[in-house]
Amino acid sequence: MKRKTKSNRRTRVLLGLTLSLVFLAAVCIAGCLCTEAARTADFGRKNLSPCFPYLFGTDWMGRDMFARTLKGMSISILLGVLASVISALISLLLGIASATLGKRADQLITWVIDLIMGIPHMLLLLLVSVALGKGLKGIVIGVALTHWPSLARLIRAEVMQLRESPYIKVAQKLGKGRWYLVKTHILPHLVPQFLVGMILIFPHAILHESSITFLGFGLSSEQPAIGVILSEAMKHLVTGKWWLALFPGLMLVGTVVLFYVAGESLRKLLDPGSVHE
Amino acid sequence: MKKKWISFLCKNFIRLFLLTVAVSVVTFLLMNASPIDPLQQNVGQAALGTMSQEQVAKLEEYWGVNTPPLERYLAWAGDFIRGDMGTSLLYRQPVAQVIGVKLLNSLFLMIAAWVISGILGFLLGVLAGMNRGRLADKVIRGYCLVISSTPTFWLALLLLMIFGVWLRVLPIGLSVPIGVEASGVTFLDRVQHAILPALTLSITGVSNIALHTREKMIDICESDYVLFARARGEKGWQLFKNHGFRNVLLPAITLHFGSISEIFGGSVLVEQVFSYPGLGQAAVEAGLGSDFPLLMAITIISALFVFGGNFIANLLYGIVDPRIRRGEERL
Repeated sequence: MKRKTKSNRRTRVLLGLTLSLVFLAAVCIAGCLCTEAARTADFGRKNLSPCFPYLFGTDWMGRDMFARTLKGMSISILLGVLASVISALISLLLGIASATLGKRADQLITWVIDLIMGIPHMLLLLLVSVALGKGLKGIVIGVALTHWPSLARLIRAEVMQLRESPYIKVAQKLGKGRWYLVKTHILPHLVPQFLVGMILIFPHAILHESSITFLGFGLSSEQPAIGVILSEAMKHLVTGKWWLALFPGLMLVGTVVLFYVAGESLRKLLDPGSVHE
Repeated sequence: MKKKWISFLCKNFIRLFLLTVAVSVVTFLLMNASPIDPLQQNVGQAALGTMSQEQVAKLEEYWGVNTPPLERYLAWAGDFIRGDMGTSLLYRQPVAQVIGVKLLNSLFLMIAAWVISGILGFLLGVLAGMNRGRLADKVIRGYCLVISSTPTFWLALLLLMIFGVWLRVLPIGLSVPIGVEASGVTFLDRVQHAILPALTLSITGVSNIALHTREKMIDICESDYVLFARARGEKGWQLFKNHGFRNVLLPAITLHFGSISEIFGGSVLVEQVFSYPGLGQAAVEAGLGSDFPLLMAITIISALFVFGGNFIANLLYGIVDPRIRRGEERL
């Protein structure tokens, strides 16, 4: 009896992980499919509050907010995935380099990490976006290239710890090269950290992406990123069109929560200590 | 011992100085790489077309288009060290003056939010940690999850919608009432205009510190000394007061000093939503309008705040945890 409940917990976590991934994929695909619907303006149906065919209502140009939100979310999710993959790879590389290439390299890399973390993140994104001319390119590169420091720090600490462990010391004394040590002994240990870290970068990336587009750096209103939708909604807020801001925002929050849940479930699944739970 | 402290301080100050210089260089390089033409951005294509060659040349000189980058940077840095931050191109006022006003507005917000979120986060974290696995813990953890998934600007929009538009109890923007002379603005007016922005920042700042405090509290609850205290019959408030409070307070404070950067980032968004004339809004304007001296100064000042916070956090770590101090001596 007891055993059954225990195995259920792991299954539940796995189920949660699968469900959130399926939902995110569904939003992504649906968003890509309704590009046209998101763009069509129809003044015959403008400013409708949420009702049956238009679940999220329509805006002042009669565009279907549900389609726009889906489209925006799919842009955001794709951007977020790209950013977290790139950032995670950078942090893996730098984390390993910092902990294996000697003291100088370590000092340099930790210094760069401190430097980047010293500029408030929004300000850094703003600067990168200005540097690249405030377009889609600026957002993608800015979001992708600024999220690695904290994970790099974690991975560095992990590698530092691993390096002191007996089996690596033994391998070193046996005359194995640096690259061999990294490949066979260190990298496999970092896989869980890396995967979980990558998924947990996603929420930050997507929140920053929506914030910076909200501030008016980046995408035009032709591309309904979620930040653009919300900044347009802000102009119509005072006239009582609450649905323009409420539903897209809720959708965004829901997506980010799902990614957090996915990350945490993966952490639980990969943690050897929790196998018996 | 004293000597060690002095060398520790010196080392940190040198590091701080180098980091600040590096921040200014990075900022400068990024601004300099920008393909945006400041003339077109601020004067407009149409107006530029109607201008004479001399006028355009004059404007180009004003926005520093033709000066070589290195020269520009050195001139700027030389002035900055002497305390002259230059003249804001958008406001046509000394940067120091612009920043002085904006910083005061922002600090008002940020300090309020920083203190409130610290206290609230600490209390929630303790509550969750002491009641691990029970309802209170689950609710607090859920709240933290949702809050950390909520974009700051959307929360600001929601609060604006509820309190400003729907209930009409609080003003929907700016830091002073519209149509009132500067001398006629009372302190109460200022507070009233700062409530919503500060509330937004406080709500979003809670989750990090609450989760961290919760972890610490759980560690403490599993320690031998708490087990012993429980065996003696202590529980609840008494247990917390005697064994938890001091142990969990200092880590929380250090963490909170380290999180200044997030409050800064949040203030950029919140000020934008509430049209609150603070540093964050100035940063966005300077970024959109390529106001190079102003953006440089804002970045450096915010970096100084962040480094300062981290420095205090490091100092506190040493004071709180003797093990870290000893580790530093060994290095």
